[in-house]
Amino acid sequence: MSSVPVSAYLTLALILFCIGLYGALTKRNTVIVLISVELMLNAVNINLVAFSKYGMIPSITGQVFALFAMAVAAAEAAVGLAILIALYRNRKTVNIDEINSMKN
Amino acid sequence: MENAWIIPLFPLFSFLFLLLFGKKMKETSAYIGIFFTLAAFIYSLVVLFDRFNHPTFKAEANWLSIGDVQLTAGFEVNQLNALMLVIVSLVSFLVHTYSKGYMHGDDRFHIFYAYLGLFTFAMLGLVLSPNLLQTYIFWELVGVGSFLLIGFYFYKEEAKAAAKKAFIMTRIGDVGLLIGMILLFWQVGSFEYDEIFLAVENGAVSAGMITLTAILIFIGAVGKSGQFPLHTWLPDAMEGPTPVSALIHAATMVAAGVYLVAALFPLFTASKTALLTIAVVGAITAIFAASIGLVQTDIKRVLAYSTVSQLGYMMLALGSAGYVAGVFHLMTHAFFKALLFLAAGSVIHAVHTQNIEEMGGLWKKLRLTGPLFLIGTLAISGVPLFSGFFSKDEILIAAWAHGNTALFWLAVVAAFFTAFYMFRLFFMVFTGEARSKMKNVHESPAMMTFPMIVLGILAVVAGYVNTPWFGTFLGDWLVEGNAALGHGHIEGPAWIMIVATIVSLLGIFLAWLMYGKRTLSRDWLSSRAPYTYKLLYNKYYMDELYGVTVVKATKFFSVFLSYIEAFIVEGLVKTVAGIVQGFGKIGSKIQNGQIQTYGTFAFVGLAVLIVIYALTGGYLK
Repeated sequence: MSSVPVSAYLTLALILFCIGLYGALTKRNTVIVLISVELMLNAVNINLVAFSKYGMIPSITGQVFALFAMAVAAAEAAVGLAILIALYRNRKTVNIDEINSMKN
Repeated sequence: MENAWIIPLFPLFSFLFLLLFGKKMKETSAYIGIFFTLAAFIYSLVVLFDRFNHPTFKAEANWLSIGDVQLTAGFEVNQLNALMLVIVSLVSFLVHTYSKGYMHGDDRFHIFYAYLGLFTFAMLGLVLSPNLLQTYIFWELVGVGSFLLIGFYFYKEEAKAAAKKAFIMTRIGDVGLLIGMILLFWQVGSFEYDEIFLAVENGAVSAGMITLTAILIFIGAVGKSGQFPLHTWLPDAMEGPTPVSALIHAATMVAAGVYLVAALFPLFTASKTALLTIAVVGAITAIFAASIGLVQTDIKRVLAYSTVSQLGYMMLALGSAGYVAGVFHLMTHAFFKALLFLAAGSVIHAVHTQNIEEMGGLWKKLRLTGPLFLIGTLAISGVPLFSGFFSKDEILIAAWAHGNTALFWLAVVAAFFTAFYMFRLFFMVFTGEARSKMKNVHESPAMMTFPMIVLGILAVVAGYVNTPWFGTFLGDWLVEGNAALGHGHIEGPAWIMIVATIVSLLGIFLAWLMYGKRTLSRDWLSSRAPYTYKLLYNKYYMDELYGVTVVKATKFFSVFLSYIEAFIVEGLVKTVAGIVQGFGKIGSKIQNGQIQTYGTFAFVGLAVLIVIYALTGGYLK
């Protein structure tokens, strides 16, 4: 197992994070944006787990923290989707660029 | 005498009371004003008689402490103050009484009485002040009272303009007074009259500084007393109701300037230059105003110019070290000029015009006003046995004794003019044929004639308190215990009295020839010197001169300043405001509601921060 260096995990996390960021900042559909946010969160989780195993002070805390993050992310996704549905009922759209009532 | 401070409070109370309840009281408010000024007058008399037997009383309390400097407030009853108290409160009381008849039917009757109360309070406070600061406060209050009363008919444009003019012209003088006051305080460290005199006597103040401060303070007096060249407001102030002219512009306020010079007399005597300045300004004013008075046709304006001229006499007296002569003339003038104004008011009340060309033959119709006006005229002309004769004589003697020969002769010529224009006025108003326009001419009510009778008696007898024949009681009393004020009576050659008498009789005779008997055509003088006549009729074009010089310059300057305001100051403000507004606009454009834009900015910002952090080597340290 040790044949996979820590840099590989970090590169994977970086790529995932960048994809997520790109999606979150560019996609019009809010559902896609939410999924992208999940991607970014999971990239972070990979980082946490990687460092928990190969970090300077290996510890189980990183994995526990990753589990926490997943639980919170699930709750967040539920709340986000609920808000999205409420929004859709009001405005008949899920396009993020049309949700701009806070403008100016 | 210990309670003299209560005197100014009587009219102040009248003012406050009428301000609160005057509206409901309507014309009964007159009785309030009359009652309180009568109380003030009686108490002033008590104080005056008390002063005859007791030394000067002075009471002071600390008012303000600024660092080491103690400012005090209080009151002082010396001879001059006691005399002024009586004059002011008496004339004020009589004018209050007179106004009951004169202002009858005016909508703002109670306000008029309230203003009169305020003015009387200020004037009484002024004459009780023991220090310059307090004097200055009341001095300005007097100015406010005068402003309100001149502009009483504020719906008339002329009255409005006259009130403003009076206020601004006297302010010009007040600036001089203020600067002089501050300089004195800087030098002496006190506003107290006594300490100032002491410092001047001890030589604690340099001679140049004494002259400078004395002249600056005199400028304040010039403004207030309508001396040349700040006299132009006084004739215009005649737009106010006639009782006001009698109270303010004859007897009290304009005398405040003379009073100020008299109160600070030891300061002025310490500087020859200052004395000479006062004497020259006084003499010029006396002849200048008298010559304008020769040709005016408005009854009140003639009296106004005669007031200016008489005030010039007082200044001439003070400038010739004739302290007693100046104060004495101030007193007699207060009585006979108030009488003349009240009588003129009675005439105006009867015929409803101020133009003497439209009057005539009133002697038979106004049986009381006519003789009273004649008494006033005789007194101001300096006819022997009347009060003006004695006081004018004192002034001429003072001028002669002080060596101001040229000024003495100017004053003699002015006396001739005075006699002439006053009798011109008298003959034009009271003799000749009655004009058909004037119907229903009737004598004024008793409320108006009573004050005139009192003043008429005083105009005759007031001179006898200080005569070379029966004794100079007033003079001796005034200078008692104060060597700095000079002698009670200045001996002068007897021919001065004779010359003065002849000159005034000549003036009367000439007026009689031209306007009484009419053996000389009325315009034989004006047709011979048409340009002089025009010059005099237009008051030496002083107003026009000020119009094209001072007013134009001020206007030009203010336009210039308004451009600075509009372009530089405003421009600066607008630039700053514009920059801030621009930032705001850009900021609000960025708030476009697109969550993804915000996210991008947040990300870019974070990235930039990290790059900076990394480049500065932050995380390796």
